[in-house]
Amino acid sequence: MARAFQVHPTDNVATLLDDAPAGPVTVSGAESPLVITLPRPVAMAHKIALRPVAEGGPVIKYGVQIGIATRPIQPGEWVHLHNCRSALDERSSTLDAESGAVRRPDRHRHPPDPARRMGPPA
Amino acid sequence: MSEPIWEGYLRADGRLGVRNVVLVLYTVECASHVALEIARGEPDAHVIGFPGCYDNAYAIRLMLALARHPNVGAVLAVGLGCEYTQPARIAERVRESGRPAEWFYIQEQGGTVASVEVGKRIVRQLRERIRAETPRAPMRLKDLVVGAECGGSDGTSGLAGNPVVGRFFDRLVDAGGTAIFEETVEMIGLRDIMTARAATPEAALQIGAAYDKAERYCRAVRQYSIAPGNFAGGLTTIEEKSMGAFAKGGSRPIQGVIRVAQRPPRPGLWLMDTVPDEHFMGFGYTNPNDTEGLMDLISAGAQILLFITGRGSVTGAPLAPVIKITGNTQTYERMKDDMDFNAGRVLSGELTLDEAARELESLVVRVASGEPSRPEALGHREYFIMYKHQDTPPLEMGCRA
Repeated sequence: MARAFQVHPTDNVATLLDDAPAGPVTVSGAESPLVITLPRPVAMAHKIALRPVAEGGPVIKYGVQIGIATRPIQPGEWVHLHNCRSALDERSSTLDAESGAVRRPDRHRHPPDPARRMGPPA
Repeated sequence: MSEPIWEGYLRADGRLGVRNVVLVLYTVECASHVALEIARGEPDAHVIGFPGCYDNAYAIRLMLALARHPNVGAVLAVGLGCEYTQPARIAERVRESGRPAEWFYIQEQGGTVASVEVGKRIVRQLRERIRAETPRAPMRLKDLVVGAECGGSDGTSGLAGNPVVGRFFDRLVDAGGTAIFEETVEMIGLRDIMTARAATPEAALQIGAAYDKAERYCRAVRQYSIAPGNFAGGLTTIEEKSMGAFAKGGSRPIQGVIRVAQRPPRPGLWLMDTVPDEHFMGFGYTNPNDTEGLMDLISAGAQILLFITGRGSVTGAPLAPVIKITGNTQTYERMKDDMDFNAGRVLSGELTLDEAARELESLVVRVASGEPSRPEALGHREYFIMYKHQDTPPLEMGCRA
C-alpha cells in the first residue's frame, strides 16, 4: 500500500512517500496510523487531504498555514494549485496545476489530470 | 567515539582550508575565454570572474572574499585592459593576505595565444609554490564553516533532505563550528517562526529586518521564489516551500544576519541575507539561480557546501566542494552519479534523522579530508557573479571587504 506522512498533528494534509494509485493509502507520522482512500491517483511528494477543508479554510502542513482552499476539499483529494492558493503570492492561483506555467486568466479552467506529471517517468 | 581530526591548509590569517586551489580570476567577460583556457587541464586551477565592464562594489567585495577564501592558495588575475575592475588591485589585496598572486592584461601580453601561454606558466609556478609552502595543520569540526542551500526542491525536501541537514547543523554548532544558511526569499510567511529562533534581541531585530526586506522585494517585483519544477514536485505555495527550506537551519539559536562577502564574526548558526538593498536603481534582482547562492555562501568563508535537492540539481561550485543531498529516493536512483547522500532513507524508515545526520557528518569529514564530492569529481565548477547593490556592512559586523 502506498504511504503518506503527516508532519504535525494539526496538519490537514499529508505528503505521499510513494506514487499512489486510486485506493487506500497508509498515513503515518504525527497521528496514529490511519488509512485514507484516494479517489484518483496522486504522484509521490504531492499532498492529499486528511480532513475536509471548507472553501476559504486554511491548508495546514508543518503545523502552519501553507495556503487557503479555493474550493471545498474532501479527505483523500489531491491538494495542489487547482484547489489551494498562497496567502501572499498572488500568482499562485493562476498557475497550471501540473506544470506551474502561467495560464491566461480568461482560459477555461479545466480539471487537472493528477496522473500526468512533468519530467521523465520515475 | 572520538572527535574527528584531519589535515587542513593553514593560511596566514589563521583560517584553515580543506583544499589548496589556484584561482584564475577574470575582471570582465571579454577576458573569460583566456581565463578558462589557462585553467583547462590544470589540476586544482579554478576560475571565477565578473562579466561587467563597469564595476560594482558588491561584485568587487564578493570577488575579493573569494580570492582570499581559506580554500584558495594563490591567485592569477586576468584583465583585458579596458575595464574598470583592476586586476593589479586584486592581486595586491590578495598578496596582503599572505598568498602569492600575479596579474596581467591580455592586451599587454599580445593577445589570446600569448596570454594563455604566460597564464599557464604562472599557474604552474603558483601551484608549485603553494604545494611546497602551505603549512598543514590539524583541523576539527570547530574549524569548519559549512553553508547550506537548497534547489530543485520537491515535497521530500522539507520532510527529509533539509531536516537531515538541519540536524547535522545542530551537531556542527554543538561542536563549536559555524553553519550558514540563506534564501530569505524562501522564508516568506515565516517571520514569527524565524525571529523566535534569534539568540539575542539584536539578532531578532536583524532577522526581522531581513525578512521584511525579502517580503517587500517579492511584493515589489511580483515574483516569489517558487518555480515550475517545485510545483511539479508537489509544492503548492511559497509558504509550503519556505517551511521546508527553513528546516535546513536546524534548531539552534540564530546568532545574527550576515551579508554577502561578510564572515560570521563568531561560530554558531548564521542567516545570510543575499537580497539586494533598495537603491537608486530599485531593488535590482535577487539571486537568479542557485549558483549565485552557492557563491554567496562561499564568500562568507564556507569551506564546504551542502546542497539539498529533491528534483535533482547537478550544479556544483568552484573553490568549495558541494555535497549533494536528496530526500527523494527516486531522484537518488535516477541520478546516482550526481548524488552524494540519500536522505530518502529517513522516509523509508531505514534510518532515523539522528543516524542520517551522523552519517552525513562522517561524509563531510571525508570530503574535508580530501575525498572529492560527486559534483567535484564530475568537474562541476559553475559560478555566477552579478551586478547587485547591498549596503556595505557596518564595520562592527565583521569583515568589510
